[in-house]
Amino acid sequence: MTASTQKPAEAAAEQDSDLIIVEGLIKHFPIRAGILRRQVAAVQAVDGLDFSVKRGETFSIVGESGCGKSTTARLLTRLLEPTAGKITLEGRDITHLKDGAMRPLRRDVQMIFQDPFSSLNPRHTVGKIVGAPFRIQGVDPPGGVKKAVQDLLAAVGLNPEHYNRYPHEFSGGQRQRIGIARTLALRPRLIVADEPVSALDVSIQAQILNLLEDLQSEFDLTYVIIAHDLSVVRYVSDRVAVMYLGKIVELADAEVLYRAPMHPYTVALMSAVPVPDTRRRQERERILLSGDVPSPISPPPACRFHTRCWKAQEICRTKEPPLVELLPRHQVACHFPENYPDPAVNATSPEASLR
Amino acid sequence: MTTSALRDLVIRHPGQGDEQPFLEVVDLHVHFPTDDGLVKSVDGLSFALDRGRTLGIVGESGSGKSVTSLAIMGLHTRPASERSRPGAQLSGEIYLDGDELLNKTPEYVRGLRGKRMAMIFQDPLSAMNPYYTVGHQIVEAYRIHNPVNNKVARKHAIDLLGRVGIPEPSRRVDAYPHQFSGGMRQRAMIAMALSCDPDLLMADEPTTALDVTVQAQILDLIRDLQREFNSSVVLITHDLGVVAELADDVLVMYAGRAMEYGSAEQLFNRPAHPYTWGLLGSMPRFDRTRSERLLAITGSPPSLINVPPGCPFHPRCGYASQNGGLSEEIRPELIPVEPGHTVACHLSQTDREQIWEHEIAPKL
Repeated sequence: MTASTQKPAEAAAEQDSDLIIVEGLIKHFPIRAGILRRQVAAVQAVDGLDFSVKRGETFSIVGESGCGKSTTARLLTRLLEPTAGKITLEGRDITHLKDGAMRPLRRDVQMIFQDPFSSLNPRHTVGKIVGAPFRIQGVDPPGGVKKAVQDLLAAVGLNPEHYNRYPHEFSGGQRQRIGIARTLALRPRLIVADEPVSALDVSIQAQILNLLEDLQSEFDLTYVIIAHDLSVVRYVSDRVAVMYLGKIVELADAEVLYRAPMHPYTVALMSAVPVPDTRRRQERERILLSGDVPSPISPPPACRFHTRCWKAQEICRTKEPPLVELLPRHQVACHFPENYPDPAVNATSPEASLR
Repeated sequence: MTTSALRDLVIRHPGQGDEQPFLEVVDLHVHFPTDDGLVKSVDGLSFALDRGRTLGIVGESGSGKSVTSLAIMGLHTRPASERSRPGAQLSGEIYLDGDELLNKTPEYVRGLRGKRMAMIFQDPLSAMNPYYTVGHQIVEAYRIHNPVNNKVARKHAIDLLGRVGIPEPSRRVDAYPHQFSGGMRQRAMIAMALSCDPDLLMADEPTTALDVTVQAQILDLIRDLQREFNSSVVLITHDLGVVAELADDVLVMYAGRAMEYGSAEQLFNRPAHPYTWGLLGSMPRFDRTRSERLLAITGSPPSLINVPPGCPFHPRCGYASQNGGLSEEIRPELIPVEPGHTVACHLSQTDREQIWEHEIAPKL
């Protein structure tokens, strides 16, 4: 939102409710070769993101593998050092904070991981795992660590008496609950969840989604959810950003995005989702994208989607479409958006003037 | 119940007449002895599949769907051999085109694999040999079943790669699996499975590892090829969306048993088993605005060593208490609720319809 808001007064008002603001965020992973380990190329995992997340909302980032969504999650939590750009958390620039300076802030920003098997130390008891944040941060919760941990276990729907058990004694869904209890320990404001339910069975997935929803109101949380499952994203999100090859191609309120997607990539993505409804089998028109996602080492110039886009024209190969707010609260980076009410309005939009 | 009586009960699609089903599984049991006890992965499963149709087998992890597919393909290690690994104990009958497979020798079944039945696995990277080119691996399977020279087989491999939509097949045939992307690898594995025009294609989670746009390509490919070859397809998946997309008939499995069987149309529009309701209610819907919370199933799937007595789903079922203790004690058999639609549940027909209409359907 911030990037495209023009009026300063409005921008200031929005700043107030923004928990985290991302501007021009870039992460390139260098590829080194030769004896001198000189950089010969870079994986352009994240290449210029602008967005902000408001307090109390659920902001989702969707995209296919390799689009940079997990890298974005790790940049937000500062598990990775950004190459360029700026991340502001509650008015404080955290882009290049050192580990020591970042540590107090880790209370506010926590992460839920995808794999409940590798994200818990098998040699530690549940009590030790969930209590670790207190020890690391030197926090002494009222009533003692053990009581705090047992309260947390109860909050995520686990039996507090399982305090002394080890992770292998739990099922996948229960382990994910343990991981969630750990993230809640220090009462964070922002939780970044990277594919929180994709490793779980359908019935367990629903339990965890309901739990995340309950916890959001109970603990007053803001979520950034990274996911590839468009059904899950529609269910949980207030706003959704769609990523393709390191860039946001569309950002809008979830309901609007699912009802009337504007970027051709979003349209294709949505048409590809299998729907559990046999009556729709015949009616649906599917847009099949040919080929694979290009390599992020040498992404296509200008619009990165032009190699697979059925609407691509000359301008798409030469001029990169900026992410602009074509409709209120609906940003799209495309020269020829779908579901755009009046094509004539195109002439006044910034990218049209470039043609 | 005797096996012959069971065979009469075997679920059949209506309108198929007296013709023998192409694949028929009767009272299949697959048990694995372990130090902790006997793991009953598949426990009395029966179903049938006609030529040219697609059967979707749905279930969560541990429901026995993959074990069933391996049993049909004859890929379980049998305990008869003196190995350290005890292997699987199989009983029941599996008929492929009238030919009983479980009492045949491994050599006989090996002769069928690849030619009459073939399998697509979930993870193409681990299903292919990284040491050989993709072309070599297709040629190998083809030459085992067909007396042709290498040149002819190679041409056949190039044809197949082209058919499954791999660009520049004559060049790609010499590539190694790691040089392919995930979607292309899955295509190459499909090409490998199709090399001898099998009559039965088993696809075990064929698109689970793939992105959604690639998944759509692969599902279309499987559908087109099935129509072209008129082969029977068994599609194993946990994704009800994929099933609705591709399957003619659906079998819902839980704890190694069949819970419900019917046409896709019946199962999605008039599901009859509380577990199927739970699966449908657990799925966030892509095609609808959210109205309510998800109707999650409580608890987790049971251990296959200690499967609950009676209906294995009863500890997680919200309606088990309505059956006067039947669900806790007596294992329900598959009973018909309408032609071609069977369910293993003790709920009475009226209760079931009431619950579906008033409690479940409005919330989905």
